[in-house]
Amino acid sequence: MNTIIQGKAYVLGDNIDTDQIIPAEHLVYSLSDPEESKKYGHFALSSVPTEQAGLPNGRIPFINGENTESEYNIIIGGSNFGCGSSREHAPFALMKAGVKAIVAESYARIFYRNSVDGGFVVPFESVNGLKKSIKTGDEVEIDLAKNQITNKTEGATYKLKPLGDVMPIIEQGGLFEYARKTNMLG
Amino acid sequence: MGMTITEKIMAKASGKVAVTPGENVWLNVDILMTHDVCGPPTIGIWKKEFGDQAKIWDNNKVVIFPDHYIFTKNEHANRNVAILRDFAKEHDLPNYYDVGSYRYKGVCHVALAEEGYNMPGTVLFGTDSHTCSSGAFGMFSTGVGNTDAAFILGTGKIWEKVPESMKFTFDGQLPVYLTAKDLILTILGDITTDGATYRAMEFTGDAVFALNMDERMTLTNMAIEAGGMNGIIAADEVTEAYVKERSGKPYEIFNSDGDAVYFAEYRYNVNELDPVVAKPHSPDNRDTVRNVQGTKLTKCYLGSCTGGKLSDFEYAARILDGRKVSVKTHIVPATTYVNEQLDKRTYNGKTLRTIFQDAGCIIEQSSCAACLGGPIDTVGRAVDRDVIISSTNRNFPGRMGSKQADVYLASPLTVAASAVKGVITDPREFIS
Repeated sequence: MNTIIQGKAYVLGDNIDTDQIIPAEHLVYSLSDPEESKKYGHFALSSVPTEQAGLPNGRIPFINGENTESEYNIIIGGSNFGCGSSREHAPFALMKAGVKAIVAESYARIFYRNSVDGGFVVPFESVNGLKKSIKTGDEVEIDLAKNQITNKTEGATYKLKPLGDVMPIIEQGGLFEYARKTNMLG
Repeated sequence: MGMTITEKIMAKASGKVAVTPGENVWLNVDILMTHDVCGPPTIGIWKKEFGDQAKIWDNNKVVIFPDHYIFTKNEHANRNVAILRDFAKEHDLPNYYDVGSYRYKGVCHVALAEEGYNMPGTVLFGTDSHTCSSGAFGMFSTGVGNTDAAFILGTGKIWEKVPESMKFTFDGQLPVYLTAKDLILTILGDITTDGATYRAMEFTGDAVFALNMDERMTLTNMAIEAGGMNGIIAADEVTEAYVKERSGKPYEIFNSDGDAVYFAEYRYNVNELDPVVAKPHSPDNRDTVRNVQGTKLTKCYLGSCTGGKLSDFEYAARILDGRKVSVKTHIVPATTYVNEQLDKRTYNGKTLRTIFQDAGCIIEQSSCAACLGGPIDTVGRAVDRDVIISSTNRNFPGRMGSKQADVYLASPLTVAASAVKGVITDPREFIS
């Protein structure tokens, strides 16, 4: 996998739950059909309250118009990112929208597992909160080898926690790839 | 060093003598449960990863309850149920509960208990965050996503990090105006929505063991609202009586050791607690009912895995008997069994159904319904700027439908009292 992930940041607050990431009414579409599954990208983050969508100012749509992909591909979040339901559709929707990585202060367990085991997005944890250090639209760069994120717009670098136990699964691209690699599936 | 119930079950399921919090273990799974929202994508991943000759690890251990989007014209939702039906037929699955058949049950977590799948000492995974409900039976149960579920479907195993445990003790005898919902909302206000992330929440104390299984499930159901991996209550004679009535399968009862180590311990005297609500838009936004009473409502809702069980309706009937609701009030029995019991259980010589009908409530068919919004034709769904008081478990923005709606979570007693007045009302106005 790439050791550098770069792109434009989209900043969110604390407790971004799975209903905000992908509202329940949209969970009816196929995740395997290439065309139909684009709807998940289109509806990603569509239930985030408008004033909190794209901090610090809010009111920045994550997806424009009828698009199925976002111009933002790194999410900056607060604490307890992905709380709520077990829907794997949530990290899947972010992936379909073009998100490569999330940098949050902490995660809810199931969302974190789903992101890792499904190989959808890489869930990094920041050492300190970044909501005040990065603005929506800033160009950022994550360096896996150095466990750091740089805000290229502001020229400042911040520490990330090591991925730890889940790194081998992330490196392989998901639980099944990891299990095959380690001969767990025979 | 002693172990908690959760640690003991994980040790057994991973073939170890002992486990320590923080350690990753591979667990042998006893039951995998899925439903119409996450079942089809789970099946899709399983087929893709295991190929055309894919085999289910054990047909008898897979349980499928279509329950989320059932009574809808949404063609994609109906297609998902059809995928489950075809899958069950193709693989000759004995534990499929089809929509439109006499086997249909409704809300999976309640149906798991009723159908005898919840057994002390066992391990149950489900593709639903509220799978932690089953922990009320002294077992390990937790929610996972589709990829993990597909892995279990093919192998019967999954990795999990052994959680640290938190202990919540409720002393005393529960006053008539409080229910298990007040207890768990009280905890949530104290520890917040990530207060138990990656941890086990163990509930104990006289007030907990005096609860019936329905009420115990209300506690464990909402462990996930604090981020908990699982909720758990040691099995006792109440658990055993419930289980033996529904299943002849073997089980094993575990108790936490006296010297087990807890991350934190909380202790409450239930006589000092008040009826509480979770205000919009988070289950931890606790306040006393008295502090928000008078808030004008557009809708009341009694239903879901946490608030649509038989005991929830028995609570509601105590207040609704002989009274009229003054705001639209939806009664959604979690399962078809609960629905049938509305005609059998009585209060003051009247059936629960008669009481609710006479009060002017709308009684719906069993499913998850508006607890999670669902397709736009879902009954009871929040629209526009609805202000709702609900016995469900989650009130994040947009959870019940409209993201402009305000949802208050409360006990069935508080919901019923509020339905009568049309404004949020303390149940002590009617019972004391």
